[in-house]
Amino acid sequence: MQEEKDILDEVTTGDYKYGFVTDIDTEIIPIGLNEDVVRLISSKKNEPQWLLDFRLKAFRYWVTLPMPEWAHLQIPEIDYQSISYYAAPRKKEGPKSLDEVDPELLKTFDKLGISLVEQMALSGMAVDAVMDSVSVKTTFKEKLAEMGVIFCSFSEAVHDYPDLVQKYLASVVPYRDNFYAALNSAVFSDGSFVYIPKGVRCPMELSTYFRINAANTGQFERTLIVADDDAYVSYLEGCTAPMRDENQLHAAIVEIIAHDRAEIKYSTVQNWYPGDKDGKGGIYNFVTKRGICKGDSSKISWTQVETGSAVTWKYPSCILQGDNSVGEFYSVAVTNNHQQADTGTKMIHLGKNTKSTIVSKGISAGFSQNSYRGLVRITKNAENARNHSQCDSLLLSDKCGAHTFPYMEINNETAIVEHEATTSKISEDQIFYCNQRGISTEDAVGLIVNGYAKEVMNKLPMEFAVEAQKLLAISLEGSVG
Amino acid sequence: MKRRKFNLMLEIKNLHANVNGKEILRGINLTVRPGEVHAIMGPNGSGKSTLSSVLAGNPVFEVTEGEVTFEGKNLLDLAPEERSCEGIFLSFQYPVEIPGVSMVNFMRTAINEHRKYKKQEPISASDFLKLMREKREVVELDNKLASRSVNEGFSGGEKKRNEIFQMAMLEPKLAILDETDSGLDIDALRIVANGVNKLKSEHNATLVITHYQRLLDYIKPEFVHVLYKGKIVKSAGPELALELEEKGYDWIKKELGE
Repeated sequence: MQEEKDILDEVTTGDYKYGFVTDIDTEIIPIGLNEDVVRLISSKKNEPQWLLDFRLKAFRYWVTLPMPEWAHLQIPEIDYQSISYYAAPRKKEGPKSLDEVDPELLKTFDKLGISLVEQMALSGMAVDAVMDSVSVKTTFKEKLAEMGVIFCSFSEAVHDYPDLVQKYLASVVPYRDNFYAALNSAVFSDGSFVYIPKGVRCPMELSTYFRINAANTGQFERTLIVADDDAYVSYLEGCTAPMRDENQLHAAIVEIIAHDRAEIKYSTVQNWYPGDKDGKGGIYNFVTKRGICKGDSSKISWTQVETGSAVTWKYPSCILQGDNSVGEFYSVAVTNNHQQADTGTKMIHLGKNTKSTIVSKGISAGFSQNSYRGLVRITKNAENARNHSQCDSLLLSDKCGAHTFPYMEINNETAIVEHEATTSKISEDQIFYCNQRGISTEDAVGLIVNGYAKEVMNKLPMEFAVEAQKLLAISLEGSVG
Repeated sequence: MKRRKFNLMLEIKNLHANVNGKEILRGINLTVRPGEVHAIMGPNGSGKSTLSSVLAGNPVFEVTEGEVTFEGKNLLDLAPEERSCEGIFLSFQYPVEIPGVSMVNFMRTAINEHRKYKKQEPISASDFLKLMREKREVVELDNKLASRSVNEGFSGGEKKRNEIFQMAMLEPKLAILDETDSGLDIDALRIVANGVNKLKSEHNATLVITHYQRLLDYIKPEFVHVLYKGKIVKSAGPELALELEEKGYDWIKKELGE
């Protein structure tokens, strides 16, 4: 209760509070992208030949591709040669313990509200923090290792578990998947790797915090999560960036694999810098997230709260290959000022009795454009597939846009597919009603918006739900009235 | 009793207000003291609901002239939420639905805003739930209603009871009941009116806006005013309401030479 109070208090003072820059000695390679840069990144990370070969193949494919233009987005041309593709907090050796981590860096994470030390001691949440391109510290590694759970940075995984990485890397999102997937495959710097062995329920939430700090850099991380038979894991991802006048590029890939009866919950609170109120600056967020329910009766659930970024282009998807497998997508996407979001999901039903649920809540304010784009594909052999989609849009101004692009491809007549969509507006009457009871307009908007998004927010783990509620309110500050 | 007569709560002087450029209120004068119940009656379109909206601060209406003082403060300077925290409560004629926002959450936010205004700490969870339980009984409001979204799917009668429930929770100094009787059957009317009466004290005042005498059988006013074409054209004791019930408004129009 006190927490909610704090949330409301914060609404009245909130701005983009993650907009600070940490003064850390950072190693940045010169801007530009060519084969030598790809080789340089690979060598900086002491990668094996097979990984370099993978990167080079991806790069050579990427140069043949045009930037995709099918989304409902206005993106100025991006000069991919003006970006630095690798930035890392400078260090001699990888930190062995928290004592060896640059204190400035730890202070940054403190400011972000993720004190690693505290996390280790108290909260029972394992955190991998990625600053610019490099994974800084993974907490709780030892404790998890006892259960056979692997949770480490992607680079470490490449060295310590090469067979696993090689087996699963690009198995869900091949480098040929799309423009940004190819780019990421060529230049990805770090990210997180998770492996849950057979029959293990991961006892704590695993979490990665991504932070872009250095200027003129792009961030290209890669996350790979594998849950073996009967395993369970809940994974959280958070992101913030400093306020900068220029646009910064973020192009990540997340691949998740669920084997027989495994369940993976993936939650995101995306709060990259959205640009200022005139639309200057902000992160371009082009992300490919896809999971495969490989095994029978497996389940993958995506939950996302998207409040940040100048441009968001992401479609966390599920391939329901195993019979009786389940895919879920719960999304709240908020756009304010000049933000643009084109987000949604793909549910690809391959197995029998597969089931998918889509709940998308778009909230548009200011001059923003907010699109839901989703595909439900029922293939020929997917007997008795079920899908329920619900796409709601809430408009807070008369200058913003909300769009819904549902695609359905149904090739099996036993399928039951439902699609519901609503569009609503916060009315002046609702606001005045709240005002009359003593609730200010800002708080009323926060209350109504959080009520509207409740169905999705309830899917978030507790720790995230509170932060996400705050974010919703703050992102919409000044958007009504 | 004597002292309170000198104790002004609400003082409206020559109040004019427009909506969309059209003048609705054309010089209202009214004084309300603690402990008093005033009824404002009048034919459709006379400005009754506008008066309640203007007092509550609905931004749709523009005050063009006059002043309103509430407990010595210039009411027109205050934002609607500040007026609420100062102790003005409006029971809406058409309470709006707010999907997704539970009554519990809504009321807790409102109560805590009032407490913050008075520089008090937020109410504890257990105290709040106790208060909800206690005040629900005032209007015989179902526990289930309290856990639903604000007014969503409520019947007409439930919405009105919910208004009085909120009034009980916020304990206003001045309650404005805007056609609280409209759309109520006789049982609901009794429950709502009893609720209002239970909340009455010598420290608070009530402004009852209504078309009909029947609500005034339950909530007994000391003063009855007739609002016509944006002005109070007649003020008297409770007998005026009975007269209006009997004769309608035409005789007043005649008196005014229309």
